[in-house]
Amino acid sequence: MNQILPWAANFAALCTLLAMACAALRMMRGPSAQDRVVALDAFYVNGMLLVLVMGLRFGSSLYFEIALLMALFGFVGTIAMAKFLLRGEVIEP
Amino acid sequence: MTPEDFPLWVSVPAALLLVLGGLLALIGGIGLLRLPDFFRRMHAPSLSNTLGCGAILFASLLTFSYQEGRLSPHVVLVTLFVALTAPVSAMLLIKAGLYRQRRAGRAPEAEAEAAAEEGAPTSSPQESL
Repeated sequence: MNQILPWAANFAALCTLLAMACAALRMMRGPSAQDRVVALDAFYVNGMLLVLVMGLRFGSSLYFEIALLMALFGFVGTIAMAKFLLRGEVIEP
Repeated sequence: MTPEDFPLWVSVPAALLLVLGGLLALIGGIGLLRLPDFFRRMHAPSLSNTLGCGAILFASLLTFSYQEGRLSPHVVLVTLFVALTAPVSAMLLIKAGLYRQRRAGRAPEAEAEAAAEEGAPTSSPQESL
């Protein structure tokens, strides 16, 4: 009926994809290790947003479970890497 | 039901929220790429973590609630989880960055001055405070 919502979804998908490209560039270029971890954090958040936008675009609610799992595992990975940078090991005795 | 079938009172606010969220995500990515040092780079992704994520999730909450005819609560779970976990990971990353910079033997101001000498358009932290 109206084309405004598919257009907006395509625009948002393009924007999150460009943000993912920026984060990947920072991950490759980053001068220190903590820069790369921050870039990885931003990368997975933008990927989760991209999955959510695609779920809205294609009208399927399966994408929400994918987004929830991406948020969960991305958070665990970021915490593990920050802990490793801070203490030198992930699980302390 | 595809997005072409929604009525205008659903699709116009959802489209506005989607455009806002996409623009915020893009601003966060550009800021992550262009800001000069680590502690300034930490600010940029939090923009897309909080407001961009909230806008896109609110748009999908609107469309899916219309599509299913009831309030779909499992969209709110993603929002709640991201809102709970983003400050925790940001604080741990800041702590790790401070510790590693102190261990590398230079203060954060020294790196900011080094970044300023490279030609990046920045001011010293004392002036910006």
